[in-house]
Amino acid sequence: MAPPPAAEAAFPRLTRPREGQLVAGVAQGTAQQLKLDPVVIRLAFVLLTAVQGLGVVVYAALWLFTPRRPHEGPPPVRDWSQAVAFGAIGLALMAFGWLTGTASGGIGTWPIAVIGIGALILWQQADPASRKRWTSGAVKGVRQNRIRGLFGAGLVVVGALGFLAQEGELAQAGPGLLFTAVVVGGLVVIAAPWLAGLWKELQLERRERIRQEERAEVAAHVHDSVLHTLTLIQRNAHDQREVQRLARAQERELRNWLYQPKQDADATLAAAVRRVAAEEEDAHGVPIEIVCVGDCELDARLSAMLQAARQAMVNAAKYSEASVVSVYAEVEPEEVTIFVRDRGKGFDLDGVPEDRMGIRGSILGRMERHGGTARVRTGPGEGTEVMLTMKMETS
Amino acid sequence: MSTRVLIVDDHRLFRSGVRAELGDSIEVVGEAEDVESAIKKIAELQPDVVLLDVHMPGGGGQEVLRRVLGSGSQVRFLALSVSDAAEDVIGVIRGGARGYVTKTISGNELTDAIRRVADGDAVFSPRLAGFVLDAFASSEAPSIDPELDSLTQREREVLRLIARGYAYKEIAKELFISVKTVETHVSSVLRKLQLSNRHELSRWATARRLV
Repeated sequence: MAPPPAAEAAFPRLTRPREGQLVAGVAQGTAQQLKLDPVVIRLAFVLLTAVQGLGVVVYAALWLFTPRRPHEGPPPVRDWSQAVAFGAIGLALMAFGWLTGTASGGIGTWPIAVIGIGALILWQQADPASRKRWTSGAVKGVRQNRIRGLFGAGLVVVGALGFLAQEGELAQAGPGLLFTAVVVGGLVVIAAPWLAGLWKELQLERRERIRQEERAEVAAHVHDSVLHTLTLIQRNAHDQREVQRLARAQERELRNWLYQPKQDADATLAAAVRRVAAEEEDAHGVPIEIVCVGDCELDARLSAMLQAARQAMVNAAKYSEASVVSVYAEVEPEEVTIFVRDRGKGFDLDGVPEDRMGIRGSILGRMERHGGTARVRTGPGEGTEVMLTMKMETS
Repeated sequence: MSTRVLIVDDHRLFRSGVRAELGDSIEVVGEAEDVESAIKKIAELQPDVVLLDVHMPGGGGQEVLRRVLGSGSQVRFLALSVSDAAEDVIGVIRGGARGYVTKTISGNELTDAIRRVADGDAVFSPRLAGFVLDAFASSEAPSIDPELDSLTQREREVLRLIARGYAYKEIAKELFISVKTVETHVSSVLRKLQLSNRHELSRWATARRLV
């Protein structure tokens, strides 16, 4: 389908460029091929159309058999004024021919031209590449596609009827049509089971291929991640903490791959909380359970809140000696809250020296600076819970 | 009296692991590995609680729930799963399970959960509590039955604490209520979850395929 890459190949193939096309780029392409001015070619087409309507047929045939030249960037704007001008010239020529009687005005070939255009539309429809181009837009594209198909079929039928009328055969066409219908019907009856079988086989084959591709992708993923982790676990079997960390990390990764929609890790609060928790879990080897309710965009204040939450997770994972840390984030219309809780050994809040930055600076101070509040509830042997609250900005 | 439990799971290793972890107060009366054998064993053994795996060949836990509860059985189910997908969680709860816990749960907690379900109470994992809060928070559509379609302030508080990782006992202490009251609130939420007609719930679960 693609033209030879080298433009200076011995016989460059005729292609239809997008730049400077008026109808389908046939004239433009031909002109470039023959190194002529496109205006000359266009005039020739118009003239041929006026005489016996040949131009349209030739144009349609070339359209059908020349591939489109690949085009990058947005499609250039068509010069409609030129198209109108050529159309007007053609019409004038035809009117002249018809009035003077020197030419039949190509009336005889008009039905054929109509059939040609109809067929062209149908062919285009069947071409997967152009179909994709048409349907890529929206759902509307599908309906448009169908309309296009119907329009094409209609043109073919009208053209055929026109041809018969032209030849004065329409009256006698009745019995002939009946005969044709019977023959075609018979052929359909004979061929239908075979065609249906072929169709089914094709579908089956396609489905099988898709399944195989999916399998290959799953296999590749499992190989890269899961098998790799299992090997690591075997080699680290003596280190219980490391084994647990590896297993958790792999579980999380696999879950993400299986269930999580692809999303930007930092676009929303819930995603960011998950990412931060995952990082700290990996760093400290303590499982962090996350529950998120609601979600919202991440802004500067919420990012600060997230940093405070991260510090709370780090403290819990490093110092509490708890086997698991629970994180709960809730987004409500008027405020965002994050709780970080562990059932570890806790500590005496008043006994924390003034210079310890962990809690005072990174959690309490940071939240206050950004207009939020932080509360720490703890006591020796009671575990620790850090509660962060940030009022939503009402703009 | 010990609680009689049937373990339904298609992984043999997991079944024996659970069996080993459960405390003395639990008596494992049998195991089943797929939908058909589960239905047969439930009818045969009449256990107090069925530990039900959500994902199994032949329709999974939801199929077992549909067929057993559909036949009028009063057996209680506790769903147990590795999957935290909202679709699965909401699916089995609406199918009639009285609780949902993930397989990472510790032996002691699982023993507690089984006892609770055997007593007719409900068991929510933190994540399930989160899902319920989320599902009932998005209440743009007009509710058909206000009693069933929304949570009370107290129920919300209880669920929030469960989501924060609090055990029932801790919740009771925090809210100055008895454990029994906490259990009542959770059971009431379970009932709403199972009976609420809000079509949003299923749609919400399907749309939100999160871990």
